[in-house]
Amino acid sequence: MSALLEVKHLNVDLNLPAGTLHAVRDVSFSVEKGKTLSLVGESGCGKSMIALAIMGLLPPSGICSAEKIAFEGLDLQKMSEKKMSTFRGARMAMIFQEPMTSLDPCYTIGNQLVEALTEHKKVSAREARDRAVFLLEKVGITGSASRLKQYPHQLSGGLRQRIMIAMGLMCGPSLIIADEPTTALDVTIQAQIMGLLASIQQEFNMGMILITHDLGVVSRVADDVVIMYCGQVVETGNIKEIFNNPIHPYTRGLMECIPVPGKTKPGEKLGSIPGIVPTPIGDLWGCSFRSRCSLATQECAARGLELIKISDKRSFRCINPPVTIADA
Amino acid sequence: MLIYTLKRLGLAMIVMVTVSLISFMLLRVSGDPAISLAGEGASNEEIEFVRIQYGFDRPLIIQYFEWAGRALHGDLGDSPYLNQPVAQMLRERMGVTVILGVSALSFAMILSIPLGMLAAIRPNTWIDRVALSISVMGQAMPSFWFGLILIIFFGVHLRWLPISGSDTWRHFVMPTIALGYYATPAIMRLVRSGMIEVLASDHIRTARAKGLRWPRILFKHTLRNAIIPVVAVAAVQLGFMLGGSIVIESIFALNGLGNLAWVSISRSDLPVVQAIVLFLSTTYIILTFLADLLNAFLDPRIRST
Repeated sequence: MSALLEVKHLNVDLNLPAGTLHAVRDVSFSVEKGKTLSLVGESGCGKSMIALAIMGLLPPSGICSAEKIAFEGLDLQKMSEKKMSTFRGARMAMIFQEPMTSLDPCYTIGNQLVEALTEHKKVSAREARDRAVFLLEKVGITGSASRLKQYPHQLSGGLRQRIMIAMGLMCGPSLIIADEPTTALDVTIQAQIMGLLASIQQEFNMGMILITHDLGVVSRVADDVVIMYCGQVVETGNIKEIFNNPIHPYTRGLMECIPVPGKTKPGEKLGSIPGIVPTPIGDLWGCSFRSRCSLATQECAARGLELIKISDKRSFRCINPPVTIADA
Repeated sequence: MLIYTLKRLGLAMIVMVTVSLISFMLLRVSGDPAISLAGEGASNEEIEFVRIQYGFDRPLIIQYFEWAGRALHGDLGDSPYLNQPVAQMLRERMGVTVILGVSALSFAMILSIPLGMLAAIRPNTWIDRVALSISVMGQAMPSFWFGLILIIFFGVHLRWLPISGSDTWRHFVMPTIALGYYATPAIMRLVRSGMIEVLASDHIRTARAKGLRWPRILFKHTLRNAIIPVVAVAAVQLGFMLGGSIVIESIFALNGLGNLAWVSISRSDLPVVQAIVLFLSTTYIILTFLADLLNAFLDPRIRST
């Protein structure tokens, strides 16, 4: 099966006053039709930059280079800005982290939803409105016809995020990128929105890139996982493989941070990873995680640490893994 | 929206009453009006006669209400200097000042909004530098001096434009530029910083992620958000402009309210000064009220408070 989106050797550099920040380093992955790929990592590890690079929405200071960013067989890098804007919103949609500020405060929900469709397709105002009402009901908003007349400031964060999801669906895209869609929401709403995204993705048979730092969420919705650290891929694989046999010390550290029903006893302390993420500015070498890794040796500082591939989908970047590969 | 409008209207009324009180007091605090009306060398009996004739012997508050009642009906008293009804004098001069004010504000808007937008879209380029120089110059030059420079250059040297009078539209070109340029810097800087801020905001990123084309992002989603604070400032600038028109009208010998104010102040024709103060402040209050309504139209968040 050909991949919906194929990213090969993607690098994103940000030119900052303090120097060049290597936000994304040599990242490759692919998303298949109707499947969910999850990008997991701590804040600042370059997850959002990958999403923006695919959408062509990097900030002016961001420089993107890749061997290939192929979407539906077309190389997005070679596309003009004009052509690119006919893809954005139409073939691939993005949902952002901050529902509170992601809608224009001056226009009604209906206006902003309809606009997403009429920009790309020749449809009547009536049809566009019907589509908006249909999708608002799909994302669980009741009384949707009257909602269309409301302004963003009249709605809660959860509702706004549902509207952002509906807006992403207006043109029926084949790929949806959700960048930490639940981070800014109340805990009670988070699970609802995640569940909604997963069911919508299934129903409309879209490919999805789910960006998150929450492995608990990933375990429920993702098909494949890419674990990132400091702009690099440290481990990739199928969801089952990653959860059953994590190889990289960082992945294992992340696993220890989530409570497991039945296993974690009340009052037991959850794991944490000591230290902070280093800032990837300047010349970088060796394993980025070595400063926080309990298994680090001198060899971990060596140059040219490559991803080690153990199967078609499975790879990791560690020269001193805590498990033998045969186990994995 | 109705509640908001009523609130603003109430506020405007209160300001209006305060201004009318001040303008009424203007005539009373400048000395005993009976003495000045009776004229030089008048005897005490004559002064007392005038005082009773004009009702200056009654309590101030009653005098104020009588005066305000008459003013509401368009009767602003007579000018003792010219023996003419003040209201008629105002009507004759108003046209010139209104034309000057409207054209100066339009000039300021037409210059500053596109320039501010261009500067915001291409920050730190030559366009931005040109816009910055224009605004710094406008900020630094007093409008009377700029008016004189225009006269010397376009009137005297090049002989392109008439330097005084108000007969044709060409007479209004230089006064409009001199007066309008004064309001340009504040509006332009505000448009520029507003546009830059809005362009970097999350909802513009959403608009781009939706695949909207650039003009739509710029005019529909950015400008509307950026222009909201500009509306309020433009109203205040217009107030400065009304004051500035006194200077500009004198320089270009335009026969408008500003000129009348200047002449009346210099010959202590207080009823006329009073009426002009009242008229200009009423205009200012009405415009501020309209700016509030325009803002509420632009920004739904204001409407619902």
